[in-house]
Amino acid sequence: MRTIFSIMTDAVAYGMVLFIISIGLSIMMGLMRVVNLAHGAFAMIGGYLASYAIRDLHVHYSVAILMAVIGTIIVSIPFEILLYRRIYRKSDPLIQVLMTIGITFFIIGIVNFIFGPSLKSIPLPQTLSGPLDIGFRMLPTHRIFVIACGVITALALWLLIEKTEFGIKLRASVDHSGMADALGIRTEIIYAVTFALAIGLGAFGGVVGAEILPIEPFYALRYMVTFLVVVSVGGAGSILGALSASLLLGLADTTGKYLAPEFGDFFFYLSVIFIVFLFPHGLFGRSHA
Amino acid sequence: MSDLLEARGVSRSFGGLQVTCDVNFKLAAGDRVALIGPNGAGKTTLVNLITGDIVPSGGQFFMGGDEITNLSIPDRVRRGLVRTFQTTRLFANLTVADNVALAIMQRKRITRRFFSRSTELPEVRAEWSEILSHLGLDHLAYRRVVELAYGQQRLIELAIGLALHPKVLLLDEPAAGVPHDEAPKILDAINRLPADIAVLMIEHDMDLVFKFAKRVLVLAAGRLIFEGSPDAVTADHEVRRAYLGSYADARRAT
Amino acid sequence: MSEIVVTHVPHKRNIPFGQEAAGALSIIALGAIGYFLYPDDLAFLTRLIGIAFLVLSLDLVTGYCGVATLGHAAQFGVGAYAAGIACVRGITDPVALLAVGVFAGTIMGLISGALITRFRGLPQLVLSIAVGQLVAALANKLSWLTGGSDGLSGITPGKVFGIFSFDMYSRTAFLFSLGVLVIVFVLLQRFVRSPFGLMCRGIKDDDLRARMIGVSIYPRLVLMYGVAGAVAGVGGALTAISTGVVGLDSVSFERSAEVLVMLVLGGAGHLWGALAGTIIFMIFEHIVAAANPFHWMTLVGLLLILIVVFAPRGLIEPMLSLTSRLRRKGSAA
Repeated sequence: MRTIFSIMTDAVAYGMVLFIISIGLSIMMGLMRVVNLAHGAFAMIGGYLASYAIRDLHVHYSVAILMAVIGTIIVSIPFEILLYRRIYRKSDPLIQVLMTIGITFFIIGIVNFIFGPSLKSIPLPQTLSGPLDIGFRMLPTHRIFVIACGVITALALWLLIEKTEFGIKLRASVDHSGMADALGIRTEIIYAVTFALAIGLGAFGGVVGAEILPIEPFYALRYMVTFLVVVSVGGAGSILGALSASLLLGLADTTGKYLAPEFGDFFFYLSVIFIVFLFPHGLFGRSHA
Repeated sequence: MSDLLEARGVSRSFGGLQVTCDVNFKLAAGDRVALIGPNGAGKTTLVNLITGDIVPSGGQFFMGGDEITNLSIPDRVRRGLVRTFQTTRLFANLTVADNVALAIMQRKRITRRFFSRSTELPEVRAEWSEILSHLGLDHLAYRRVVELAYGQQRLIELAIGLALHPKVLLLDEPAAGVPHDEAPKILDAINRLPADIAVLMIEHDMDLVFKFAKRVLVLAAGRLIFEGSPDAVTADHEVRRAYLGSYADARRAT
Repeated sequence: MSEIVVTHVPHKRNIPFGQEAAGALSIIALGAIGYFLYPDDLAFLTRLIGIAFLVLSLDLVTGYCGVATLGHAAQFGVGAYAAGIACVRGITDPVALLAVGVFAGTIMGLISGALITRFRGLPQLVLSIAVGQLVAALANKLSWLTGGSDGLSGITPGKVFGIFSFDMYSRTAFLFSLGVLVIVFVLLQRFVRSPFGLMCRGIKDDDLRARMIGVSIYPRLVLMYGVAGAVAGVGGALTAISTGVVGLDSVSFERSAEVLVMLVLGGAGHLWGALAGTIIFMIFEHIVAAANPFHWMTLVGLLLILIVVFAPRGLIEPMLSLTSRLRRKGSAA
């Protein structure tokens, strides 16, 4: 019973990290139809910045998160203006794949040149590092923190998309970009804001998830596939889809590691092939004909 | 003999929207039929239903008495049901000769050869050079399609259609977007299509319809509201209201 | 349709087997330059030829069919492991090992093709990665068969045709690989211009149009994947035979991404583009990557971005248009 409970906590926490990072990718894919393989690279930048802020500038964890998110968005702006704008919605997937893989390699090279090629830890503050007594059991505080972050992110996004003016414009642009243009919605601004939001969420997930997905030189490549799989299984542009897919994959991966550590990867990819082949538009996605 | 193509009670809805509703028609050998209707009447949906690009929610299609409702697009083409596209869809990076040759080779079932010549095979070459000469395109045979003018691309659509030896040919607005002085060339090519095939042309341009069609089908809001000779169409009150009314509005607006 | 048969279109001037002969001679000439000018680098050049097969194979599915894949190393790796395992278990004749590699590569190609070409866009990309990673996970875990993370070693092939044994300067390996490359390249030159090859290029341009002339696309793409698997299998087997080891790198994601870079660098959709891209990239890597792997990654990333922005058709396209312009000018004069 004890192990089942701790497996579940780990699985949900892992799933939430996947969700926070991947939801930005999913929104970008739903709105701009860009397969952004470099999404993990931006999450990695966030991790490196947070690590630098805490260990070298000695700021508090919460300030470091803020600096990492804003810093990553600032770094991403030239990429958006010079490169991503060219491939929104129109190009064939091959061009998108090539450009975003190029960006990934470029970022990996530069980041490791600046910060050095080693594992970067992001030390937790006192309040998050110990165990937390939830009455009948002790749980690692950090796991609870990550789960809370995931829930808040999902709720905030849901509110943003369903209840605000920006959300209305966003949904209009997803469904009918031509119509949005006709209504006077400036799609390039919507795209730019969405890009910043997606990158910011990626960086946020990279920092708070660093205990589970450690920040290391090849982070961007190592988890590229995992993030893509979340979007593919959940369906591009769907919050509920990304959340369920993240939790499902978190559960599958974590239990797989407990039960059959030898063949974890194998079963993971086998089930991915199975799901994507049966549901090519994701469990919750719609086809974009 | 049985009709080349028959639609029986074909319907299709998207979400709650009924786009095609209980459509019935027959095409026989030698037929020259025009399908007209105001914008949004569901003409393109009907063409896509006939070719198998979308599946009807009700009703059936028959070719020569055999039901084809559940056949795939390629299977229908192999039975002689061929279409051209409203906006040209050609193999843009291949030459004109390659485009037509591919259709010929597919019809002749020789696209599973791995090491033979293709476009330059004598039996293939004889055929495409004849089709291209027939349409006055022979001087463009080795040009890539992307380099050509739009009117020329429309003629290549026809050339591909011919190369497939169709029994039923669907022409989706064959003259759309063609400069005015080149339209006669396309009409000329259409008038010289083999006499024994059935041709269904979807068209906006009433001049072209009158020059081409012996029979006209009028589609409005997904229903066939009229079937008769071109002259009868202009006289029919309901058609005037549904089609010519909005047509006239459109003319006034521009 | 008309009574008079008219054939106005003049025949293209065409020397029978002219292109094939030119292709074979060019590769032999390039090989001779490598063999005589860089006798100390033959091991590297042999490795280059092995990778060239993988890039040619990728060209068949990406350049000629428009399939976006990030898992193509699987075809190569399966061929390499199959040949390596066969050799360790007693089949030592190099030609027989090649056949084993081709067979394994073909099977792997057909399986991958059946999974990957069913869809386009994101599902296709994710399936290609997942297939590649599945093979990588198997290669890692089935260590009793593949050697796992230590790699499969102890591959000692016999003499080529029973005469030429593999030497420490890689002379035999290089010449053997070069010979196989000439044969495969000539066959591919015929293949891509065959009715089947032309149809694949048509499918890449517009798959709805292809269906509307009566083509069933899926079986064709699967078949093309089988052919691509065979070509990649040749490369894998040759690499296993000539280096004597097969490591996890041969099925890695990085390998899949790198060959895509090589292909796009040279020019997808041209066999010469695939070769040129491989040569330029591998030589560049040989010089730079040794110094600092992260500088190498920065450069590759930058290179990719520049290609996509400024020369999306690769380096070969400007050269081709230049030569055709020169030819047109020459015939006008």
